[in-house]
Amino acid sequence: MQNEIVIKTDKLTKKFGDFIAANEITFEVFKGEIFGFLGANGAGKTTAMKMLIGISKPSSGNANIAGFDVYKNTEDIKRSIGYMSQKFSLYEDLTVKENLMLFGGIYGLSDEVIETKTNELLEKLGLQNDANKLVGSLPLGWKQKLAFSTAIFHAPKIVFLDEPTGGVDPITRRQFWDMIYEAAHNGITVFVTTHYMDEAEYCDRVSIMVDGVINALDSPAGLKKQFNANSMDDVFLMLARQAKRGD
Amino acid sequence: MKQLLTFIKKEFYHILRDRRSMLVLLGLPIVQLLIFGFAITTETRNCNIAILDNSKDEATQNIISRIESSTYFDIERTLSSNDQIENAFKTGRIKLAIVFQSNFQNDLLHTNKTQMQIITDASDPNQANTLANYVSAIVKDYQQELNQNKELPYTINTEIRMLYNPQLKGEYSSVPGVMGMILLLISAMMTSISIVKEKEIGTMEVLLVSPMKPSIVIISKVIPYFIVSLINVITILLISNFVFGIPIQGSFILLSLITVIYIICSLALGILISTVTSSQQAAMIISLMGLMLPVVMLSGYAFPIANMPLILQIISNVIPAKWYIIMVKDVMIKGIGLFEIWQELLIIIGMTSFFLVLSIKRFKVRLQ
Repeated sequence: MQNEIVIKTDKLTKKFGDFIAANEITFEVFKGEIFGFLGANGAGKTTAMKMLIGISKPSSGNANIAGFDVYKNTEDIKRSIGYMSQKFSLYEDLTVKENLMLFGGIYGLSDEVIETKTNELLEKLGLQNDANKLVGSLPLGWKQKLAFSTAIFHAPKIVFLDEPTGGVDPITRRQFWDMIYEAAHNGITVFVTTHYMDEAEYCDRVSIMVDGVINALDSPAGLKKQFNANSMDDVFLMLARQAKRGD
Repeated sequence: MKQLLTFIKKEFYHILRDRRSMLVLLGLPIVQLLIFGFAITTETRNCNIAILDNSKDEATQNIISRIESSTYFDIERTLSSNDQIENAFKTGRIKLAIVFQSNFQNDLLHTNKTQMQIITDASDPNQANTLANYVSAIVKDYQQELNQNKELPYTINTEIRMLYNPQLKGEYSSVPGVMGMILLLISAMMTSISIVKEKEIGTMEVLLVSPMKPSIVIISKVIPYFIVSLINVITILLISNFVFGIPIQGSFILLSLITVIYIICSLALGILISTVTSSQQAAMIISLMGLMLPVVMLSGYAFPIANMPLILQIISNVIPAKWYIIMVKDVMIKGIGLFEIWQELLIIIGMTSFFLVLSIKRFKVRLQ
């Protein structure tokens, strides 16, 4: 299963005037993999990710997402991916059910499919009794689990998570990662950016961006070996210290 | 299509579940219209005045009783000497004082000439003018009655007719003004706030990553506010008809057409505002200061454009509300048809297209 490539970039670059936010990024991500995309603030993570999800046009280079070209087939890409932004991204003044209906509808699922999937999901999350509650009234941990479930509701090939666990307690974070593992197990590729180095340890492979360039890319174990460090934290600090750009 | 409907439904949930915005959307127009119609009126009624009658004869009594019986004045106090006049202005909240000279009737009958003085509080110049005119009119009326049986050698009689608004009701200008203001406020401010809100809470990003086309996002954002604006127009027209007694003289279809164009223009402005800011507060301030203020000050609704300095007169031309208010007055009050207002209509269609193209362009640029 490790053989099928779902994300492939080749010297992908984004310039804003003279500023090179992302410089010749080249990497591959395999199907069903959990790929950690790390970097300090301002390293160019978000810019790179925006190009991958089709809301920012690359200045040069190539990228292929789920078999589609980022220049020509953005619409196809959008249909094949899920996305969860770092800001909590459900509508708080809609109920749990209405949110699922809305996002299901946006991705073109039929009402019957939405209905069945919603019931399955609510049962799995143990939210049956809260289906008609406003999302705003749920605890943050639940909101985040729900946001993730919504992002993969239409069974995308790849799900992009932008710092998904900010402000959540460790237990909920652990539960959140269980959901990520489950999604990956079901063949959904997970592309995740994070600031938490313990989370980096959970990833199959990790890339670390410094000043717009990918400086390291390997499994967490491989990286620790390569940099002769005890933890991912040490690896990250060693690389991040080389950074010349500020925030 | 299903996407669009789902999304419009969602937009209505947002509106219906937020009590505050509901109140603003549906209550504000009614409150505004009633306030502008009833409270803020340029007409003057029951104004307190003081009278100093140094003659106390038949003629002065006659004039005083005429003044008293008019709806414009209430005689708040009667003075006995000149010294009291200024004090009366300062303490008595009077707006006008009338002084009759001594031997008023005597002089009138024997020397054919007599004098009375009208003193007004000109800290409000418009009102002072109006009040003075009212008194002059009453006196002139009395004079004509005195001369009824006499043949005067030369007289010019001016006959005044107030067309379209014979009772000079202030509501005739407030209704079109409030329409111009409310529609802009609802359409532009609420739309921009609701788009910016999605940016703030991060859902806009999620929508842009989704297969939903940006144009669909925008269309489904504006349609609910378009509908709310139409409801407001209907409410305003009903109130103006049944509460203020101002029926629609001209074509209802033409009035609707103009209004729909104006609403689209305002919605486009709302989208435009949402592209230049990413906080709800900023969107609100821009809407209020950038749109509302010019409408109130420069649309000709509160202050006559012809009286403005040239530079402001020129600036007033770029305000869509000016043209809208002119057309609403023409169609609604004067009953004029399409043929007479085509120039204004063209101007506003031009402005609408301009803002529409600009806002859509800017919205797309933001996505890059």
